[in-house]
Amino acid sequence: MGLKTPLYDSHVAAHAKIIDFGGWDMPLHYGSQIEEHHAVRRDAGLFDVSHMCAIDLTGARTRAFLRHLLADDVARLAVPGRALYSCMLLPSGGVIDDLIAYFLTDSWFRLVVNAGTRAKDLSWIRKHAAAFGVDVRERSDLAILAVQGPNARVKTAALLSAVHRGAALGIQRFAAAAVDSWFLARTGYTGEDGFEIMLPGTQAPETWRALVAQGVRPAGLGARDTLRLEAGMNLYGNDMDETRHPLESGLAWTVAFDPAERDFIGRDALVRARAHGGALLVGLVLEERGVLRTHQAVSTAAADGSVGGPLGEVTSGTFSPTLNRAIALARLEPPPGGRMPQPGARVLVDIRGNKQAARVVKPPFVRNGKPLIEIQ
Amino acid sequence: MSEQVPQDLQYTKSHEWVRSLPNGQVEVGITDHAQSALGDLVFVEVPQVDRKLAAGEACAVVESVKAASDVYSPVAGRVAARNEELSQKPELLNSDPYGAGWLMRIELDAKTPAAALLGAGEYQQFLKESE
Repeated sequence: MGLKTPLYDSHVAAHAKIIDFGGWDMPLHYGSQIEEHHAVRRDAGLFDVSHMCAIDLTGARTRAFLRHLLADDVARLAVPGRALYSCMLLPSGGVIDDLIAYFLTDSWFRLVVNAGTRAKDLSWIRKHAAAFGVDVRERSDLAILAVQGPNARVKTAALLSAVHRGAALGIQRFAAAAVDSWFLARTGYTGEDGFEIMLPGTQAPETWRALVAQGVRPAGLGARDTLRLEAGMNLYGNDMDETRHPLESGLAWTVAFDPAERDFIGRDALVRARAHGGALLVGLVLEERGVLRTHQAVSTAAADGSVGGPLGEVTSGTFSPTLNRAIALARLEPPPGGRMPQPGARVLVDIRGNKQAARVVKPPFVRNGKPLIEIQ
Repeated sequence: MSEQVPQDLQYTKSHEWVRSLPNGQVEVGITDHAQSALGDLVFVEVPQVDRKLAAGEACAVVESVKAASDVYSPVAGRVAARNEELSQKPELLNSDPYGAGWLMRIELDAKTPAAALLGAGEYQQFLKESE
């Protein structure tokens, strides 16, 4: 028996297939994960992500603390409610976790971190918060619902009174606001517009039912994984971990090297890594039928189509329901004396002993319901 | 949700089903339990016609979004036909595992003794025990 969110009974009642996910009993799907995936791309889907951990940081020096703790710079957050995606690094540059930081007031930020890393994240944050006099509070009283899809915001706002509805629909992309008893964020992990709703766990089952009554379709972790991979978003533990730094995990855009005097944990290691070059995370699209999976080996294709040298491996692979083709993120290193395969290049992936051709692409694969990759 | 185990078929512990056809061949597929455990099927690879199979030999692959799984031939024989429709519609394995989702038909090898297969009751019991 694992940990249960306040919505566990709702999942069971909806015939969810329950699996263990980082110690939590979570819904994998409610019948068909592909149908759930399409519902999010075309209309609106509903995810229970209460296993993720909201952490409130309070104190006069909270901003200074986060400028030290995170690889991206919360100084960028000027307007209350704005959010920032960032990695939290070891001094080695390895990724402890990726998270979203919401700027609420000058003395209050909220972080949302992954479920599987909750314990180590909290102990790391507490260890470094002390010197800044920042109070760290785990908000396990909150449930988190993600409502995602082109119609997600309107269907969510329909649950609110007229006054609150206007406020909800006025929230900018990648920002959040307190609306009624909700903390409402226009963020997500699907590549679609939508909300993440943080609310008291006791209210979660009723809100779940009301969203379903609006025609929002419950979707499980299976669809969540295919949606995030189509959106080119990393999964912690697959696409990065403590042995890999953001620059080799497709996350260079989340590292703020400027201003140079900002002393964040991992900075020195990243400055060295940046000068050295090395592995990169790229997208792959399989040219034939089949499914790409984690840890499949990727190699260069010689001119005659035979296998060349090793390049790396798939870090996340799946079947893309939108493209009807297998896609992957893969960490590749340029072969000795050779060049890194560029978008458009053909590589070979070892799928259970068969070498199958895949094309290197630049993620994301799908955004806002539209394929961004041409299928040949 | 209860999984279907039709009475008129035979089964293996690796979750294949076997149907005896009037022409003496057998039709083979994966069970309702197997498709349900795998989730949405997105890719199916079935053996070439005329390929000779030993009983227990890995001969087909079914891949769901979640995982790839081998299918083992329940009997010894020669592949007489394969379900060509599955290459475009792998979801037939989910929607109709005992019908339109069949994988292949096998002409039994007369020289090999009949394989030991489970009856419907035995397979149901096996599912219950492995829960």
